[in-house]
Amino acid sequence: MPSSHDWINKPLGVVEAMFAQSNSNPEWEAKVLEYFKGQLREKESHSWVPSLNDVPLHYLKPNSLVKFRCLVQDMFDPEFYMGVYETVDPSTKANVLRCGKYKDVTECGVDLNSRNTVTAERQTFYCVPIPGESPWAKESYGCSSQARVVPSTSYVPSRQKRSYEEDDDDMDTQPQKQREPHTEPHGNGDSKRQETEAPSSQTTAPSDCSSHLDLNFPLPGERGPACLVKVYEGLDSFKLNDTLEIYGILSVNPVLTVLGEEKDPSLLLLNPTESMETPEEQRAHDPPASLVPRLHMLYARPLQHNNPLLPSAPTEDQSAFVSSFLVEMASVRAELLAYLTHVLLGDGLAAEYLLLHLISNVYTRRDVLPLGKFTLNLSGCPLNSYTERLYQIVQQLVPCSYRLSMSLHTMNSMRLVPKKDYVANRLVSGALQLARNTSLFLDETQLEQGQLDSSGVRNITALGNLISWQKVDYDFSYHQMEFPCNINVLVTSEGRSLLPSDCQVPLQPQVTPPNMEEYLTTIHMAQFTSQINKFRVYLSLARTLDYSISDEVTKAVEDDFVDMRKDDPQSVTAEDLHRMLVVARLLSLSLGQTTLSRDGWMRAKHIDMLRRSRTEQQKSLNGNEP
Amino acid sequence: MSSPTSTPGRRKRNRDDIPATPKSTAKGSDDGLVSPPSQRRRGQDSSNGDLRAMPTSPATDIASPAVHDTSLFSSPRLNVFSVLPSEVDMSSPLMYGTPSSRVEGTPRSGVGGTPARQRPDLGSIRKAPQVDLHSDADGAVASEQALGQKLVIWGTDVNVGTCKEKFQRFLQRFIDPTSNEDENAGLDLNEPLYMQKLEEISVVGEPVLNVNCSHVQSFDADLYRQLISYPQEVIPTFDMAVNELFFERFPDSILEHQIQVRPYNALKTRNMRSLNPEDIDQMITISGMVIRTSQLIPEMQEAFFQCQVCAFSTCVEVDRGRIAEPAVCRNCNTTHSLALIHNRSAFSDKQMIKVQESPDDMPAGQTPHTTIVYAHNDLVDKVQPGDRINITENGPIVVTKLLNSPTGIYRAVPMRENPRQSNVKSVYKTHIDVIHFRKTDEKRLHGLDEDSDQKLFTEERVQILKELASKPDVYDRLSSALAPSIYEHEDIKKGILLQLFGGTRKDFSQTGRGNFRAEVNILLCGDPGTSKSQLLQYVFNLVPRGQYTSGKGSSAVGLTAYVMKDPETKQLVLQTGALVLSDNGICCIDEFDKMSDSTRSVLHEVMEQQTLSIAKAGIICQLNARTSVLAAANPVESQWNPKKTTIENIQLPHTLLSRFDLIFLMLDPQDEAYDRRLAHHLVALYYQSEEQIEEEFLDMAVLKDYIAYARTYINPRLNEEASQALIEAYVDMRKIGSGRGMVSAYPRQLESLIRLAEAHAKVRFSDKVETIDVEEAKRLHREALKQSATDPRTGFVDISIITTGMSATARKRKEEVAQALKKMIQSKGKTPAMKYQQLFDDLRGQSEAAITKDMFEEALRALADEDYLTVTGKTVRLL
Repeated sequence: MPSSHDWINKPLGVVEAMFAQSNSNPEWEAKVLEYFKGQLREKESHSWVPSLNDVPLHYLKPNSLVKFRCLVQDMFDPEFYMGVYETVDPSTKANVLRCGKYKDVTECGVDLNSRNTVTAERQTFYCVPIPGESPWAKESYGCSSQARVVPSTSYVPSRQKRSYEEDDDDMDTQPQKQREPHTEPHGNGDSKRQETEAPSSQTTAPSDCSSHLDLNFPLPGERGPACLVKVYEGLDSFKLNDTLEIYGILSVNPVLTVLGEEKDPSLLLLNPTESMETPEEQRAHDPPASLVPRLHMLYARPLQHNNPLLPSAPTEDQSAFVSSFLVEMASVRAELLAYLTHVLLGDGLAAEYLLLHLISNVYTRRDVLPLGKFTLNLSGCPLNSYTERLYQIVQQLVPCSYRLSMSLHTMNSMRLVPKKDYVANRLVSGALQLARNTSLFLDETQLEQGQLDSSGVRNITALGNLISWQKVDYDFSYHQMEFPCNINVLVTSEGRSLLPSDCQVPLQPQVTPPNMEEYLTTIHMAQFTSQINKFRVYLSLARTLDYSISDEVTKAVEDDFVDMRKDDPQSVTAEDLHRMLVVARLLSLSLGQTTLSRDGWMRAKHIDMLRRSRTEQQKSLNGNEP
Repeated sequence: MSSPTSTPGRRKRNRDDIPATPKSTAKGSDDGLVSPPSQRRRGQDSSNGDLRAMPTSPATDIASPAVHDTSLFSSPRLNVFSVLPSEVDMSSPLMYGTPSSRVEGTPRSGVGGTPARQRPDLGSIRKAPQVDLHSDADGAVASEQALGQKLVIWGTDVNVGTCKEKFQRFLQRFIDPTSNEDENAGLDLNEPLYMQKLEEISVVGEPVLNVNCSHVQSFDADLYRQLISYPQEVIPTFDMAVNELFFERFPDSILEHQIQVRPYNALKTRNMRSLNPEDIDQMITISGMVIRTSQLIPEMQEAFFQCQVCAFSTCVEVDRGRIAEPAVCRNCNTTHSLALIHNRSAFSDKQMIKVQESPDDMPAGQTPHTTIVYAHNDLVDKVQPGDRINITENGPIVVTKLLNSPTGIYRAVPMRENPRQSNVKSVYKTHIDVIHFRKTDEKRLHGLDEDSDQKLFTEERVQILKELASKPDVYDRLSSALAPSIYEHEDIKKGILLQLFGGTRKDFSQTGRGNFRAEVNILLCGDPGTSKSQLLQYVFNLVPRGQYTSGKGSSAVGLTAYVMKDPETKQLVLQTGALVLSDNGICCIDEFDKMSDSTRSVLHEVMEQQTLSIAKAGIICQLNARTSVLAAANPVESQWNPKKTTIENIQLPHTLLSRFDLIFLMLDPQDEAYDRRLAHHLVALYYQSEEQIEEEFLDMAVLKDYIAYARTYINPRLNEEASQALIEAYVDMRKIGSGRGMVSAYPRQLESLIRLAEAHAKVRFSDKVETIDVEEAKRLHREALKQSATDPRTGFVDISIITTGMSATARKRKEEVAQALKKMIQSKGKTPAMKYQQLFDDLRGQSEAAITKDMFEEALRALADEDYLTVTGKTVRLL
């Protein structure tokens, strides 16, 4: 590690130096970006940058370089700012050109009428941590960080599970430990001062502020910093719900807040026309910087996946990693299958399908049709918190997941679809605003009889749309806007689910453990972390592999289909072919094969047949019931 | 001059037009005699000492710069900049002052007699560029270079005189023989257009002159450029020019206030997304949709102060949102004795409007942008939120202020010493001052297709489209490009394609019939899992104004419109539903059969009259809902029962069914060759790369443009042969059934045929409906009819299944039962009342055919209709 990282600690210094050298040649902007990109490209250098995700805000130094792993939740209107401005020193009357980029606040003594003022444009994105990120992923990210500002790596992730009281206890003991490693590298009083303030803000921030300031997280109960990211370049390349790793300059200038609050009463009376923004809008767009820090983006990396165990960037590293893992693929698959079979009470077929479901991915769209989605409906799930346990196990395997308990109350009261709030001028998030490849676990066993009200019906419709078209229609009140998504939906139900699904598998437990909880816990405990990690890597990797079908196999598949139709035209439809093609694809990928072989096709056909016979059996069974 | 305190004084002066205070008079003379240091801005070094900088002096009245300029410097060197940077000029020589100042300022009596009206839309809160008095100390040499050069408004290249002259010339000479704007209806196209408009103003008395910028551009490109770049300076000049011209011509006319010029259709039309800092203070046109309007804000223009001691009164103009309250009474010298008298102050109307990008202009995956717009004076309340929805407005973007406080820099400037205020947030707030609104809805009320000015096609694009249209198989090509992921169902795709194009709009309002429906309605019904929803989704994604609803999830309210209390204004607001929103588009309704009856009943009006009447919460209105309906329905028994008619299979009221032009069945054909093709199609779907797909099919974007172009520009009319063919077709259709006492066509079917034929002509980009179009319409109609209107009992096509809900045979049987019942009752002799159940049993015993309870009830009803009997509860009484 190099001894000093000015580009991390004082990035604005770097920017300003480049600006000063440039003599207002606009190329300096590109140079700045190039510089930071170059620095970050260096091996491991990105891990030295402290992350907003792991480190509480008050441990971070203002105006330093930080990174933030996040989801673009909302995009605000573009704003014009002073890109270059001139200041006048009151004593010497000297004019100095200054750069306003990457800053919220100008220096003293701005000459507002200077002709050298350059107005530039930037846009603000409202970013939240990736919703539903599993604890293990958070922890793992935290561990891999080498940023020295981090007080103790174990501290942050553990917060997730602790209650407030415990937190407070920790605060008493931990700052001592943290203080030495933390303040030392900076060696300036500034950060020390912040440090001492920390405990108080720690206790107040989550409890108090969240009550009057809605941070607009998609999922209820989420915690973590939300961030206003100021974007300067490539505005069009970002989309809503993109997952990004943003490197930028942290700005928590208290001026941002003070000025905002000062506004209200008297001045509004003085000049009502100036109140272009409603108080709600101000609250949404200019929240206190201590709660919602500003981040001036220097560089953003779109995250292809959110698995800390995989190399992040598509570099040589990664291809080497992939090819080395491909060898192991089959064996890991077998182990994972065995594990899942245990979890699913000995039902091997269901385990197979669950595995396929976990690696499914919408890989392309043909006009409106999403291809590759594989929504699984596990019916016949035992009641009594089995589904909850099952979710916990899924959560252990995938980086992002969310369990939506479909009780009548939640369906009626919960906001699933994001809605534009025109008063506050922001997009109010909903539980379906999720990052790509998030596992959505719909627990239908929680549903009881009763009446759905209109919002409940809307929510069910939204879930249906999500499953069938992999899109969510955001509510813009005067019109709807469609946002495509890529979410793996797993529905657990007692009988057949009321939601559509690509594939229904009735669970047939082979074992009936007297104590379900104990049973599942022991299975879970029996796995070593290294083993679980392998599973995690496997699931993320299998999803990213390429896939093709040769002409020869195409022909065979066609023939097969025609034959099947000939035998029984009623039961084999186009939809079945759709499904079998997806199953074949996932099955091949799960084995690490990137082309469909005849064998693969036969296997897909075989397991699909097994599954169908099982559903039919179920049907006739139900039919015979009195 | 060099003291900073002079700045406010001078600024004030230019507002007043006349040097009011001795201080500023002195300054004015300074200007004349000594070159002000502030004129040194651009550091030219030509040292010709013309010190008479008077034309630029803002203190001069409006007319004079023109006179001087033209007389002294007649050489037309307009592009030579001479920058005369007195802080005064920001828009102001032209800015209308108070009415009193105007009277003196204008030489002509006619103009003088009419009060000017302030134009807050041009400079309401604009930040005046202040001259930095410290930096240009060396400026004494400066202003000399002005000699022999055109004098222009500072910071621009606008010469007031030339500009005025040019605009007057434009008004007097501009002729647009090709004009087809509806606004110009009734004007003689070969006479100067705007002179006629002035005449209109003198008659009507509405002192607003709308000027199409493209006219200005075609007349004088340079003038247009100035207008776009310096609207704040140029538009007042235009105002002046118009007023001079007007009062010269109509010296006796009396107007409420002086004429204001409202330019519109600036070619620099911007998508809201592409606004950038360069557009600040320029004139632009953007389009969007109104999402919120504020209540009316009275904005003070002139504050009236009265001294509490001596009752001396004085007026202070509002300067950029602030009132400089006079501290000392000038009459009695008492300090702080002046009080603001509200009801003697002058106010102007102002309204804040939030405009959101229209969904069509947006890149996928991003959220729409919003912009704040201020409307002034009579533009207030011209638009409503949720108003449908494309409004174009022009206006300079004006940077109002820095963000640090609502009063922005105005407060920050005097408080510079205060360290707390010294650093400001470096963000500007922007808004747009509206000069002109252009509602697209208004035009649509006239029945014109409004897409014309929104969707502009480039030459090359049109070329591509025309080339495509000239291909003989364009119809097949387009239909196969439609939803390529859905296999086969060629006829259905063709039907939907024709629906996308629609018929020609006809207006029969003169003859009292109103509008004819031009939209084609289609119903798809069939087995579940035959990708009906997918087709609907595709169409919904293809058309710009599509709506997708599910019959299960929508209520009548959601489809039509509902009244909502606006949380902000507490006013009742009409919110439009899916049908109204898809006006001019397609409303896709899935699960049509699951819709409740009350909801469906709403559709009756929409699907034939194309309007929607609402009487709710005191709001009574009729909204346009010229939407095509594409509906999908599942059979009642989940599987299609081939032994039943369409009506029986989907259980929809026939009144509604007859409003569909085409009803298609989507059934699983079940044959081997089909299966093979299907399998191939599906497998290909899963592994073909994007490029391969693109080779095979037309690009969706091309298809979109093709449809938009045809809808906009092609309005086919029937030619003679086609009309004959249609008549024949209709007669034939009537004939088919007449032999068996059935009618297989009604006028509605003829209308459908016409629409389909027109749509097919549109597909070919043909302005005439020819026989081939009729042939295809006939074929498609027959195809759909064959599928849906076949009486399963007889196997014949019978349109009465759709129009009356019953096939002719069924109707005949119903009559027979009724007659048998009547006979039976008559045979019983004079019994005034009978038991219901007993009668039923008797009838069953008598009849050889099985009679269900339904049939019995139907027969009873038929007899009741004849006034033969009444049914009350369980007894049947004879009348």
